Order: sequence, then structure tokens, then C-alpha cells
Amino acid sequence: MALLEVRGLTMEFGGLRAVDDVTFDVHEGEILSVIGPNGAGKTTVFNVLTGIYHPTRGDIVFRGQRLNALKPHQITALGIARTFQNIRLFREMSVWENVVVGAHTRLKSGFFSSVFKGPATRREERAARERAYRHLEFVGLKGLETTKARQLPYGAQRRLEIARALAAEPRLLLLDEPAAGMNAGETEELMGLIRRLKEQSITIILIEHDMRMVMDISERIVVLDHGRKIAEGTPAEVRRHEAVIAAYLGASARAGG
Amino acid sequence: MIDWLDGVLRGFINPYYYGILVTIGINIILALSLNLVTGFTGQLHLGHAAFMAIGAYTAGLLSTKAGFGFAGAVIVAGLVAAVAGVIVGLPTLRLRGDYLAIATLGFGEIVRITLLNLDITGGPFGLRGIPRQTNLPIVILAVLFSFLVLRSLVNSRMGRALIAIREDEVAAQTMGIDTTRLKVTSFTVAAFFAGIAGALFAYWFRYLNPSSFGFMVSIELLAMVVFGGLGNLLGSVLGAGVMTYLPEFLRTVAPAIAERRLVFYGALLVIVMILRPNGLLGTSSEQGWLEIWLARRRSQGAAGRVGSGPGAGSEAPPATGGAGHGPA
Amino acid sequence: MPGSGAVWRRFPARTGFAHRAPSRYDWEETTGGACLAQASTLVLYRCAAERGAPLFAQQLINGLVTGSTYALIALGYTMVYGVLQLINFAHGEIYMVGAFTGLLLVTVAKLPFPLALLLAMGGTAVLGVTIEFIAYRPLRRSSRLSVLISAIGMSIFVQNVALWIWGPSTRSFLPPFPVTTFTIAGLRTNTLDLLTLLVAVLMMVGLHLLVTRTKLGKAMRAVAQDRETAALMGINVNRTIAFTFAIGSSLAAAAGVMVGMLFNAVTPSMGVMPGLKGFVAAVLGGIGHIPGAMVGGLVLGMAEVLGVALLSSQWRDAVAFAILILVLLYRPSGLLGRRTQEKV
Repeated sequence: MALLEVRGLTMEFGGLRAVDDVTFDVHEGEILSVIGPNGAGKTTVFNVLTGIYHPTRGDIVFRGQRLNALKPHQITALGIARTFQNIRLFREMSVWENVVVGAHTRLKSGFFSSVFKGPATRREERAARERAYRHLEFVGLKGLETTKARQLPYGAQRRLEIARALAAEPRLLLLDEPAAGMNAGETEELMGLIRRLKEQSITIILIEHDMRMVMDISERIVVLDHGRKIAEGTPAEVRRHEAVIAAYLGASARAGG
Repeated sequence: MIDWLDGVLRGFINPYYYGILVTIGINIILALSLNLVTGFTGQLHLGHAAFMAIGAYTAGLLSTKAGFGFAGAVIVAGLVAAVAGVIVGLPTLRLRGDYLAIATLGFGEIVRITLLNLDITGGPFGLRGIPRQTNLPIVILAVLFSFLVLRSLVNSRMGRALIAIREDEVAAQTMGIDTTRLKVTSFTVAAFFAGIAGALFAYWFRYLNPSSFGFMVSIELLAMVVFGGLGNLLGSVLGAGVMTYLPEFLRTVAPAIAERRLVFYGALLVIVMILRPNGLLGTSSEQGWLEIWLARRRSQGAAGRVGSGPGAGSEAPPATGGAGHGPA
Repeated sequence: MPGSGAVWRRFPARTGFAHRAPSRYDWEETTGGACLAQASTLVLYRCAAERGAPLFAQQLINGLVTGSTYALIALGYTMVYGVLQLINFAHGEIYMVGAFTGLLLVTVAKLPFPLALLLAMGGTAVLGVTIEFIAYRPLRRSSRLSVLISAIGMSIFVQNVALWIWGPSTRSFLPPFPVTTFTIAGLRTNTLDLLTLLVAVLMMVGLHLLVTRTKLGKAMRAVAQDRETAALMGINVNRTIAFTFAIGSSLAAAAGVMVGMLFNAVTPSMGVMPGLKGFVAAVLGGIGHIPGAMVGGLVLGMAEVLGVALLSSQWRDAVAFAILILVLLYRPSGLLGRRTQEKV
């Protein structure tokens, strides 16, 4: 059974149809890329999957549960986490605090235990901070734990977004253009990181414009154009797909040489 | 014990300053609690005086009409204000930030107009006959209690979630934070403390009038919080202290300026937002000396606990960056 | 409730400290004060005078006149919100300064009324642009909270500077032209009411033409849609925003002058309530939506007059705020606005 099923997903804003009848599955443990030209509706799909928008029509089913009407925090609790294309860190908080906020749904302390910190709460706090430090080490931010998020260089901010999402202990991780603005070396490192995530049996949906990375890392690719799905398949299949070449890859291939 | 302490304090402080200190204490509680909502959670709340009014009138009515004792009335006043916080917060905190500001302002006005038109509150003639049972030791205890509870709260899972909401509400939701619920909680806690402060106010001044809880009071509280620093509890203590005492001081030295203080408060809000958006002690890159000092101490402490040497100095602000930059 | 100020002046500042003492800055006076007290007494007076006339229809006329001034104020809020997504809290103060300028030009400078009106509009346009330049432009990249706090600070500042200069007492603003009362279809009205409606309609038509037919209007709409793209297309964004403030402020000034004469009262605190109600009207119609502001103003004016008739005049302001909160909760996009979602 698929981990995530998207059926006939349609999202309209006023008169504008940003996502139009899109259907695809995500299988447990795979890396699925969603590609398409700017404005194809990729990020909107992420926003609908994470509950920021509620779909106009269609169904989203995650591990047998329908997500359509759920709020973002409920979806996170079920095991979906994401990063943002335009980095959205908690800028005035330190790096480790950003990650611990990511673990919000995995921690218990409520209002009264927050105020009157008993031993259990303190233990939980310490454990959460240690886990956060491990996540930061995992994405390569060791030593920067107490820096403020906004003081990090750009590439490090992208990695912090991933660490923060990991802290939510997701089954499914949505990465929205994680390589944007990175140089070749940083992109290479990022690909290594994504592969290590896969080894930890986290399923990944990736939105990315860097075609080398997409073709290299994905097991399957879904291609969107003007909100519609125009192709789906392995990288090799998609590369040969005529509609894709017409809509997207042709231009990119010429431009990229 | 408290009476003995009060006797000692009254022995040392002349009645004029004693009164100022009580008022400063009450304002500190109000500023601290408003800071929780506006400074930490990032929700502009323009009706805080209304929660104070609800607490004050609850205590006043319980004392004059229902025969309640001081302690009972103060606690019930806090709880009633908290319930009002839930009732107001639940619908309005779903609104986007700038609508919330107007909605809280409207709520504050509705409360004031209601107090003005009810018979039981004495309407425009006010409520009289409350015994004077607030004294300085009690106010100091209440300030300490509020400060410690709020400090503990903002340094917890919940506090981090509140700050996350301030920093980026969409990202906070996506990290699994039930933003509406937490905003309502923060609002309710703030209302509770404002209610306590209102009750202490009632038992100090012994006379209540709706005009003591108008919009301008909410604005003065906001000015205290902004002046001291959004998201900085010590700042609120300082802000409330300075902005309560200064007009009193000026009243004797330069009465014309004391009377026109709102001109300066208005200008202050604009200037602070432009030059130091997080206030004098705010948590921005352009930190004041106190914050730098605190940050150093904190990072030394953290280095000791975690044992990672290189990260220790990184909380100190960068040398670059003049005073004129706000967060992007 | 005339002279509600006197009610608490009986309790002098004996409670003593800081803001506790009822001071003449307290909002108490501004809201319960001259302008609105007169607004409601005016309505009641008229109703009493017209005991034979159809009360309901008579009140609708009053609501229409008040509503048209709300609409003029609401337009400024809505236009600024459109281009900056900012509630310009100082807008009510701009309206107040407009009223004062008009009054002084008529009574001190003895200018003819149309010229005084135009000059008052021009002067407040300059004030609006200055406020934008000082309090909002430096904060273009700051958080929304910072800009809102700055806006509130500006409002408090302007209001209290006006209080400093002009003093707290209410000034009379008698129309500098003869006002005659007459009856149309059994309903009583006068030339001042009609002039107010005429001015409001002219302003709205002018604004509509400006926004839809001119290059400036096109630039305003472009900036409202997407500031960055507009800048890329060669639109001078700062200048467009400044023009928006200028136009919105001059509309508010027109409203201020007309209301000053309608109620024969001008005070430094007169802007607070109408300012808030202008905002309520803008939200009611759908904020950022220009025809919405016009409709919202008229609907609010009517609703208020009817509310006063049904309840009592003391609850008038509470009713307006209750309407606001209900609209925000159940139809935040307003009567005419379209649902929009924040871009993520």
C-alpha cells in the first residue's frame, strides 16, 4: 500500500486553478521528485499536503487516514514534515531552539509542567536538547547550536530547516527546493544528506529545479505543468517523455548545455 | 508577617514614594503580562486595560457587595479576567495580526462602555467603598510571582512555541504547533495577571471609575513594553518603572511636560520602532549593554553544560550593524 | 449625554499616579465627548421634532449623511491597506487635522468655503505624506508588528500635539453659508446635509475615475497587487505610495470639514471614534476594496442610526464594535471583498 495517496487533487484560488486534478502515489521509503516550470503548482501541492490550504476537490490519504480537513499541526503529528522554498526559520531563536520547536509534537509538557518544572519536565527538556544537537550534527551544523538562526549563512539555514523538520520525526519529509542558491559542492553534500535520510527509512518528496540532482537522486518523478500532471515515471522515462521535453526539459537542457 | 514587613517599609519610605512604588508594582504586572502576548507571542493587543478593569471591578464588587475577603477576591478577580480572556481570545485570535489589534481595541471599548452603563458598577459615578488592603509587600510578592511564572513559562516548550508563532506563524503551524490554542493560552495567562493587577489596584485606590481603564491606558502599557523591549521581561520591569515614575517626577519639576507626556509616548513608539524595533532591552542583533552582558553569562553557562567550547562565544552580537537596522 | 466630561471632572486627580488619574487626555472624553454626544442628540432631536414624520425614513436620511462621511474616511484606510497592507491608525487624526485646518481657514483666514475645503484637503495631504515618510517608510522591511506600533505611536503623537496647540475645548464650526431646512416627500433635510452628500459623491466619483482611468491609478493598482513586480515594471513605488497617502488623507480632510460643520464641533479628539468607524466601514466592505469602502460606510451609518433607535444612544459605539467583531469572524473578506489567502 502506498504511504501517501493523492487523488484528483484540485486547488482553486478565486478563479485561478493552481492545481488541477492531480493524482499520484508515494511509496514507503522512496524518493519522489515533483518537477515543473515556475508556477506549475508544485509548492501549492506541498501547501495542501501540509494543511496550509484545504483542497477544493480531491483526496489526500496518508497511511490510511484522510488529511483533507486536518490542520497543519495535526498533519505534523501524524508524521509529515516539510521545509520551505523561501526559508522560514524562527530567526531570533537560536539554532538548537529552532530544532526543539520542530520536536513540539513529540514533547509532552503542558502549561502547568511548563511553569512548575518538575523532574520529568526537566528530563524531557534535556533529552530534547540532546536530540536536537544530534540532528544538528547529522545535517552538519555541529558547533553552531547557540548561534541565532538569522546569523547563519544561507546554505546552513537550508540545512537547519531540514534538521528542524527531522525533529518532528516524520515518516514523510517534503523538501521544497533544498538546493536553491547552493553551489555545486554544497549540492553534492545535500544529496549525500538526502540519501542518508532515505537510509533512515524516511520517505521523501522533493521539489527541485536542479535537474542533475533530480535525475541522480530520485526513484520516480512527477511532472507538473500549469497545475496538471503531464508525466510520471522513472528519471529515464521522464527524460524521454515528449510532453516533458516540450514543457520543461527542452528549454532547461538547451540552457544547461 | 506581611503586616510587620509593611510596617518596616512604611517606616523607611515616605507615603508619597510608597504610593508610587505600589503603582509601579501594579504596572509591572500589567506590562509583564502584556509582554507575554505582544512581545513573546507577537500579537498586538490594544485592550489590556479591559482585563485590568474586569479584575478591578470583580474584586471591587466581591468586596463591597458579596463580603469577600482580600485574598479570595484577588484570586477570583484573576480567574474571572482569565475566563474573559478565553471568551475574547477564542474567536479573535484566529484573526490575522492587524485585525486582532482592532478587535482587541474594540473589546476594550465594549468593556469600558458596558461598565459605564451598568447600574451595579455605579456607571460613570464609579464604585466606592472598597477597603484599602493592598500594601507594598503584597504588591512585591505579586510582582515576584508574576515575573517568576512568566519567566519559567517563556523558557519552556510552551514559551518556545509562542516565540515561534511570533517569528513565523506558518512555519510554527507546520512544526506541529496548534497556534490558535497557544495564542489563546498566552492571552488567558496575560488576562489572569492583568486581573490580579486590577484587583490590587482596586484595593489600593478604593475607588473605581471606567475612565481609569480607557484605551489610553492600554497604549501606555504598550509604551512600557515597547520601551523596555518586546520579548524581554526585565525590560518590562524597567519600562513600567521608568514610565510610571518619570511623569511623577516631571510633575514636580516640569509640570507642562508631565501633562503632555502622551506626545512623547507617541513619538517614543515611532522612534523606538525605527531605531530599535525590539526596544531598549530587546532581543535583536543591536543589543544593549545589559543584554550583551546577560548573553555572555548565558553562553558561558551553556558552554559549561554542553561542553562545546567553540560555540560558546557565538551568542555575542556581531560587531557589525549600526543601530538603524530592523529585522528583515 | 452632553458634557460627559464634567461627570468625572467631579473626581479630581486625587488617585494620583501616572495614568491612573483621569486626565483630559483620557479617551473617556474623546468618545463620550462633544462630537458624538452631539451626533446622537442631533438624531434624537430630529426624531423628536419630526414626531409626525415617518421616523424610520427620517433616520435613514441621517444614517445616509453620517455614512457618507464614514465612507470618505474608509476610503483612505482601504487605499493604504491596499498598497501597504497596513492599518493607518493615524488616519482619524488626519481627519481631525483636516477639520481644524478647514475651520481656521474659514474663521481666521476668512477664505470662501470651497477654497478653504480644497486647501484643507491639500494641507492634510501633505501631512499624510509626511506621516508615511517618517513613521512607515523606514519600516518597509520590518515586521508587521513594528509598523502597527509605529502607526499607533503616530496617531497618539498627532492627536496630542493638536491638543497642545489647540487645547482640549470644543470649537464651534458654523457653516459659512446660509443653511436652509426644507422638506422633500415628507422628510426634513437641509442644505448642509445635501452638501455633505454632494461632496462625498463627487469625491467618490473623482476617486473612481482616478483609479480606473489614470496612469497613477494604474500604478496604485499595480503596487497593491505586487509591489516588487510593479517596481520591476518601472513604477516608482515610493512615489505611488506617497500619492496614495495624499489622496486618502485629502478625502479624510473633506470628511472632517463636513462633519465639523454638521455637528458644529471641532476638537483634537474628534478623530478617534470616526477613525475607528471608518476602519470598521472599510472592513465591512472588504478591506483593500474601494467600492467596498463606499458601501461599508453607508451600511455602517445606517446600522448605527437604527441601532441607536432600537437600543439607546449610550450603546452606539459598542454596537459599531460588535458589528466589527462579527464581520471579522464570519466574513473577514467583507461584504464585497473576495476571499484571499496569504501567500506561503
